[in-house]
Amino acid sequence: MFDLFTSMGTAVQGAAAQGVLWGVMTLGLYITYKVLDFADLTVDGSFALGGAVSATLIVAGMDPFFSLLVALLAGMLSGVATGLLHTKLKIPGILAGILTMIALYSINIRIIGAANVPLLGERTVITTITGLLPLGKNWAAILLGTLIVALVVGAMYWFFGTEIGCAIRATGSNEHMVRALGVSTDAMKITGLALGNGLVALSGGLVAQSQGYGDVGMGTGTIVIGLASIIIGEVIFGAKGNFARRLLSVVLGSVVYRVIIALVLRLGLKSTDLKLLTAVIVALALSIPVLRRDRTLRFYGGVLLAGAILYLVLVKAAAAFAPDNTTLLFAARGAAFGATFGGCSGKWASDRRRMAAILKQ
Amino acid sequence: MLKIEKLTKTFHKGTINEKQAIRGVSLHLAPGDFVTVIGGNGAGKSTLLNLISGTLMADSGSILLDGVELSQLPEHIRARFLGRVFQDPMMGTAADMGIEENLAMALRRGKQRGLGWGITAAEREDYRGRLAALGLGLEDRMKSKVGLLSGGQRQALTLLMATLQKPKLLLLDEHTAALDPKTAAKVLELTGEMVARDHLTTLMVTHNMRDAIRMGNRLIMMHEGQVIVDVAGEKKLGLHVPDLLAMFEKASGGEFANDRMLLS
Repeated sequence: MFDLFTSMGTAVQGAAAQGVLWGVMTLGLYITYKVLDFADLTVDGSFALGGAVSATLIVAGMDPFFSLLVALLAGMLSGVATGLLHTKLKIPGILAGILTMIALYSINIRIIGAANVPLLGERTVITTITGLLPLGKNWAAILLGTLIVALVVGAMYWFFGTEIGCAIRATGSNEHMVRALGVSTDAMKITGLALGNGLVALSGGLVAQSQGYGDVGMGTGTIVIGLASIIIGEVIFGAKGNFARRLLSVVLGSVVYRVIIALVLRLGLKSTDLKLLTAVIVALALSIPVLRRDRTLRFYGGVLLAGAILYLVLVKAAAAFAPDNTTLLFAARGAAFGATFGGCSGKWASDRRRMAAILKQ
Repeated sequence: MLKIEKLTKTFHKGTINEKQAIRGVSLHLAPGDFVTVIGGNGAGKSTLLNLISGTLMADSGSILLDGVELSQLPEHIRARFLGRVFQDPMMGTAADMGIEENLAMALRRGKQRGLGWGITAAEREDYRGRLAALGLGLEDRMKSKVGLLSGGQRQALTLLMATLQKPKLLLLDEHTAALDPKTAAKVLELTGEMVARDHLTTLMVTHNMRDAIRMGNRLIMMHEGQVIVDVAGEKKLGLHVPDLLAMFEKASGGEFANDRMLLS
C-alpha cells in the first residue's frame, strides 16, 4: 500500500514538473487564442521547433540557457510567418497556421538533421540545477519552470498594460474600432502571434531538455493540450479576476491536465490513448454552452458517456470472468454497443413521433 | 478643409451584381461646416463615409483633407485625422475592455504607441470629468467592461472617444439609427454639444429628415450615388419635411420618396 502511494507520489511529481514546463506553452497559446482570439495551429510546429533548436544547439556546444533564448526567437519568427500569411496574403487564420506548422515539420528535420536528437550526457538546464542544488530531476524542473512562469507572467502583465499591449488586446476584441483609432491591426496580430509562438517554442526547448531529447514529433497535439489546459484552468480557478491571476490559472490548468493524464495512465489506459482522451475533454468543455441549453443533446451525450463506461466495465468483467473466451468478450462489446445504439435510436424515434403528432394537428 | 473631387466607387465590377454606388461625387466642406446627409436606401451615403474613412477604397477621384490626399492611404493612417461613430453601437468600442481603457485607446488615436503605460492616473481624472459631463453615470463605472453598457451608453461613449483627440473631420454614420427614440434624442443632443464646443467639421448621415433639418448648417441629399440637393445657411433654416420630399421628387425625376424616408 505504501509502495503504491510513493509511486503515485512520484508520478504526480513528474506530472507537476511536466505541467509547469508545458505551462509556458499554455501562456503562449493564451496570447493567441484568448487575447487575440485567433485559433493558431502554428503551435504544433513551433513547439517542436523550440525543442529542435534548443537540443541541436546544446549538442553543438551552446550553453543550454542561451539555447532557450534562441529557441524563443525562432518561435517568434514562425509566428511572424503565420501572421504575414494571414494579414498580408489574406489566408484564413486556421489555414495560415496549418501551413506554417506543416512547413516547420520539414524545417525542424533540417535543423536537427534527423528525426530526433538525444541529449545523452549533455549539460541541460535541468542537470545544471541538479548539479548545483540537492534536488531530483523533477524538483529541478518544477523550480526552473516556476521561475520562468513567474518571469513570463510578470512580463505579460506589464506588456499587456502598455499602449501596444492594450492595442493588441483591443484587436482581439474589436478590429474595426482599433483601425478607426489609428492602429494597424495587421501589425498587432503579427506581434501577438510572434509573442505567443515565442513562448511556445521556449516551452518546447524546456521540455526537450527535461526529457533528454528533441524530436520532430514532440509538438503533435500541442494546440489541443494547450486548449485543454486553458479550459481546465478557467473551469477550476475561474476566468475572472485580474490578468495575472487568469494567467496563473491557465498554468495551474496545465499542471492539473498532466496530473489527470498521469492518474488515467495508472488506471490502465495506454499512452497512445491520451490524444483521444484530450480531444474528448476539449470537445466536451467547448460544448458546455450548447449542452447547457439543449436538453436533447444532453440526453444523447449522457447515453454516449454511459455507453462508454458500460463498455469498459463489461469488457473488464468479461476478461476477468473468462480471460480467453473471445465469444464472451465479443458479446460484452456487442451488448455495450447495442445498449448505446438502442438508447440513442429510441430517443430519436420518440422525438420523431412527437414531432409528427404536432405536425398533424 | 475637405475637398472631394469626382469620387467613384463600383461594387462587384464586371459581374451581374455590378452596382455603381458613388458616381462622381464632388463635395467641398468649409472649416466648421456641420453637414447632414440624407437619402434613401442604397443612395450611397454610408459608402461615401466609408470611402473617406478608408474602410473602402475609391475607384477614382480624390479626397483632400487640409491638403492631405487621403484616397491612397490605409484606414489606420487616415484615422489620425478622423473621428468616427458607427450605426452599430457594438462597432465603436471594445466590449472586453473597460470604459477607461477604451478612452485611453481613443486618446492615443494618431499617436505613435510605445511601451509606456496604456493609461495613466492623470488621464483617469480627465476621463472622469468628461464622462460625468455625459450625464449617464458612467464616471462611477470606469473599470466596467463596455460590453455591460446599453446601446445608447456605448454610442455616447463612442462619441466621446471620437472627439477626445480633436479630429479634423467627424464622421457620423447613422449613429442614432439603432437606438430607441429617447436615447437617440439624448445622443443627438450630445452630438450637437460636442460639435459646437470644439467647432468640429462634421458629416452626419441620417435617415431622419427632421434631424437632418434641425442639426447642422448645411444639408445634402444623395440619390443613386450622386448629390442631388445641397442647401445651406438661411435656406436650410426654413426647410420643412414636405419641402425635402418635394425636392427629392423633383431632383430624382418624379420618383417617390421611399418608405424609410417617409417613415422618419
